[in-house]
Amino acid sequence: MCPPARTPTEQEKHGRHGRPITDQDAHDISRVEELSYDLKIREVMTAEVKTATPEMPLSKVLEILRLNRISGLPVVEHDKLVGVLSLEDIVRALQRNELSAPTSQYMTPDVVTVASYDSIVTAIRTFTEKQLGRLPVVDENHRLVGMITKGDITRGILVALQKDYKEEQVRRYRASHLFEDIISDRTTLVLRYTIKAGDFTQGGKASSYIKRALLRLGADPRITRRCCIAVYEAEMNLIIHTTNGGILKLEVEPHRITMSAADDGPGIADTEMVFQPGYSTATEHVREMGFGAGMGLVNMKRCVDEIKLESSVGKGTKLIMRIFIPDQTVGVSRDG
Amino acid sequence: MLLKDIVRLVEGTPLNPEVDMDIKIRGGCGADLMSDVLASSQPKAVLLTGLTNPQVVRTAQIAEIRAIILVRGKQPQAETLAIATQENMPLITSPFGMFELCGRLHSAGLPSFESHVPSS
Repeated sequence: MCPPARTPTEQEKHGRHGRPITDQDAHDISRVEELSYDLKIREVMTAEVKTATPEMPLSKVLEILRLNRISGLPVVEHDKLVGVLSLEDIVRALQRNELSAPTSQYMTPDVVTVASYDSIVTAIRTFTEKQLGRLPVVDENHRLVGMITKGDITRGILVALQKDYKEEQVRRYRASHLFEDIISDRTTLVLRYTIKAGDFTQGGKASSYIKRALLRLGADPRITRRCCIAVYEAEMNLIIHTTNGGILKLEVEPHRITMSAADDGPGIADTEMVFQPGYSTATEHVREMGFGAGMGLVNMKRCVDEIKLESSVGKGTKLIMRIFIPDQTVGVSRDG
Repeated sequence: MLLKDIVRLVEGTPLNPEVDMDIKIRGGCGADLMSDVLASSQPKAVLLTGLTNPQVVRTAQIAEIRAIILVRGKQPQAETLAIATQENMPLITSPFGMFELCGRLHSAGLPSFESHVPSS
């Protein structure tokens, strides 16, 4: 979402406690900005509000303010918001010794309001523009449904952020403990993807899923990247070169990741030649898409620790690649 | 360098301004061969390219590219834009050619994020 054009606040410029902003802070700020568009005013406002009526004597209003420790009240007549009365209005009445006057005589009739269905960013803007600390919230029919303060907004954002954080943490925590929680002599997580021949639009989707899965499992980001580049090249090869597509398989174990791509044709005549940089059998159409430069297998070989290509013409091809994980990064490290 | 500063330098038009544009870019790389991007780019770079198909976004995602700039005012295919938006990848089009754009960004202080790859 496009953030509103405005000058950054001191806190945004300098971060918390005056230290420079780190990447993490920058990320947090943009998530907060996002939330200020996503969260609706009705989700964070205070719904149960004390109100005054136009006929109510000011002495009564003062009593309500005092008992509830608040500094202003919306004035409501037949469900409709007709004004607000603040402590300042009461002070004016006190100066003239008119505390018995009705609320309507001292209230401010033109009330700045926000709509319950608007995003909280609207309330934030109104607070800043009008220099106000609290705003009545109305619905489509201009009926008072609540009040919103800056404190309500802060609380609403904090709750939403905590929920976000928890969800991804829980997912990562669960996944990263998979290998510790399930005990066997040899635990392997197998992910399989069916890749269709010629389906360029979906090309790379399986690799994206694999990337997300590895990061959730707690794999080191550098290992994840190497693995995904190799898998992506293999996925594109299945799309570009096979007759009927094939199966892309990822086997994750605590000490290694095995990637394989298998198809049933047409097969490769010379499995040495395809490792030569620049050797390609790709069509002009494929080359126009930025592939088929004869770098695929060369790239895969660079990314993995072990690569094996078996093929027979007319039968099919099987490519197996392995990455060995030093010190059991998967399932242990959580710094990904 | 912030992405919005880069957009200004290349006089670019964000094609999916709804994605998070408030991100930092560490370097740049330019390529029309997706295998080159996979082989030589380093994470957190901006990619300058003349390709407009969905694979550009997928490749960028796998190579941990942070934003894509299409050169020569090219417009992406509809699927490309859809995938870019779905995957939160900023897509920008600039009227200038590859050479001009690399020059502009490099002289503004954006380092090359194309690492040396041995040819065999």
